[in-house]
Amino acid sequence: MPKLTYGEALRQAIKEEMERDERVFCIGEDIGIEGGFGGAFTVTLGLSEIFGHERILDTPISEAGLTGVAIGAALMGMRPIADVQYCDFLFCAMDQMINEAPKIRYMSGGAFSVPMVMRAPVGATARGAQHAQSVESYFAHCPGWKIACPSNAYDAKGLLKTAVRDDNPVLVFEHKKLYGAKGIRKVEGAIDASSEIPDEEYTIPFGQARVVREGKDVTILANLRMVYEAGFAAEALAEDGVDAEIIDPRTLNPFDYETLYRSVRKTGRLVIVHEDTLTGGWGAEVAAKVMEDVFDYLDAPVKRVCAPDTPAPFSPPMEEFYVPGKERIRQGVLSQQ
Amino acid sequence: MSRKTAQKPDMQPELLVEMYRKMVRIRRFEDAIHLKFLDGALPGTVHLYQGQEAVAVGVCANLRTDDVITSTHRPHGHAIAKGVPIKSLMAELYGKSTGCCKGKGGSMHVGDASVGMLPAIAIVGGGLTIAAGCALAFKLKRKDNVAVSFLGDGAANEGDFHEALNMAAIWDLPVVYVCENNLYGASTRVNKVMKVKDVAERARAYGMPSAIADGNDVLAVYECVREAIERARSGGGPTLIECKTYRRCGHSRSDANAYRDKTEQQEWLARDPLVIARDKLKAVGALTDEDSDTIEAEIDAEIEEAFAFAEASPLPAPEDCLKDLWA
Ligand SMILES: Cc1ncc(C[n+]2csc(CCOP(=O)(O)OP(=O)(O)O)c2C)c(N)n1
Ligand SMILES: [Mg+2]
Repeated sequence: MPKLTYGEALRQAIKEEMERDERVFCIGEDIGIEGGFGGAFTVTLGLSEIFGHERILDTPISEAGLTGVAIGAALMGMRPIADVQYCDFLFCAMDQMINEAPKIRYMSGGAFSVPMVMRAPVGATARGAQHAQSVESYFAHCPGWKIACPSNAYDAKGLLKTAVRDDNPVLVFEHKKLYGAKGIRKVEGAIDASSEIPDEEYTIPFGQARVVREGKDVTILANLRMVYEAGFAAEALAEDGVDAEIIDPRTLNPFDYETLYRSVRKTGRLVIVHEDTLTGGWGAEVAAKVMEDVFDYLDAPVKRVCAPDTPAPFSPPMEEFYVPGKERIRQGVLSQQ
Repeated sequence: MSRKTAQKPDMQPELLVEMYRKMVRIRRFEDAIHLKFLDGALPGTVHLYQGQEAVAVGVCANLRTDDVITSTHRPHGHAIAKGVPIKSLMAELYGKSTGCCKGKGGSMHVGDASVGMLPAIAIVGGGLTIAAGCALAFKLKRKDNVAVSFLGDGAANEGDFHEALNMAAIWDLPVVYVCENNLYGASTRVNKVMKVKDVAERARAYGMPSAIADGNDVLAVYECVREAIERARSGGGPTLIECKTYRRCGHSRSDANAYRDKTEQQEWLARDPLVIARDKLKAVGALTDEDSDTIEAEIDAEIEEAFAFAEASPLPAPEDCLKDLWA
């Protein structure tokens, strides 16, 4: 089994899906230019050499436009994989993202469907407030989008393949610190998210959380980069005498409440960690559901450890304060004990 | 649409020399921080402005301090030309609390209210309607100020460009759009994403006058923009000016430039805006070799001072993250 980085695994998923199904194509900015970047994080590097420029379609800087074009192509039976260079630019396409893609099937009484994928990198990397957001919650709030958020290369490949095959619009949020790009495109403070990738083909069904670490004292629910920060916190907590279980939801919609509840029934404590800001974040929704469904099993109030309710600051000391890290997660857990 | 090439310099020699000095300041500043970036001394990324100095300087030489500009992800040149002190600019790139945005903004959001520069907007095209809004305020308040919005060729393909130009035109707003066409948006060459040859052509669709200037010739830019600014200031409405230019560096820090044609690169690199300006100044006797050496030495000393200031400045406290959200 070869070991691939997160970025390579995504590329392999795209390549395999494009080989499997000629309706699949990529559309985005700077994705297929010769001598170019292969997208902002090199995921599509080399694919235009294999599939040509019709199927690796470079667009003008027109996020609203390319999103609408992807929707239209999907409506006519194609399977577009669109991407924006940073998730922050999804907001340039908000009409298409909120009023069109997730509503067309419903508005048409089920007559039309929009089998498109939108890929979007999230996370703070010392680039200031407009290149740093984690925006999962805006879209988790919107009925009609499925949302995947892979935290490692294995999941990235399997979830992206499932996304391409889904008949609904699917957002795939990828974390910039996980791509594993090398050389001059290396991201500072990158985390190794590479995995052994099986030679045989696989997909990962949506709505199946992964138990990353088993424990009995507290459940830490974390996605994307926060899975790693939760892991560091769990190691520190072991020294504090607290045995933490970590759950990665892998998809936010559908959400695997069964796996979460099983864990909460066992540990009696839940700490939710996301890099998205606190108020109205997807963690708030999960907390409410836990309250509704498994309240009797809780030994402490649900705790959230999230980015504070501010834009992302540029300067590293402030950014470190902003992004939940090992110590804040540890403190969050200890505050419940 | 009119085409402007360099005219004879009929302005005061002091202004010419001042513009040249500003161009040198931008070039040396960018060269210096490029090296710091390569050393890993500065966080994040950086989009450098070398090669486009004549645009920022030629435009801003027409502006008063209380006129405003909007800028882009490539804002250092605009900032220096509009008068943001390089100490506070440098400190911002270091993420220090003495930076022009107290370390909150970083390279892509530098700005300074006291000199009429809004925080740079790193969303491509995001500043264009905002500049129209600034201009609307000037109009409603009966002020004779002007807003200038810098944009790249890439930004001209965002919907915002079209909405902004249309509104600016229908309301005769005192705004000047300055498109720096450096032939590329990131790795994408302009001809791949635009059927028309000139961005300026698009102004006609909105009933707006436009002009094309040699963006590597500060005098050409200055004169072309002067006409537009005078028109805007006196109630004559907006203009789109396209400056043909080229960036000498990569798009951002991590760019090997493999998508650019070598001949094209060489041709443009040979048209260095600083050399063009210096030669012109010398030809009219406004600058000697000695003067230009002195200018360079003075600027280098300024930059050294700015580095010393930035490096000695304190980092913000982590909790400062929570400040400055609300008015
Ligand atoms: C809305 C949006 N889309 C994409 C980007 C990513 N991006 C940053 S700069 C850039 C190229 C901009 O090209 P251009 O407008 O020509 O300006 P230049 O970089 O040449 O100065 C791109 C695609 C962005 N910052 N904002
Ligand atoms: Mg450009």
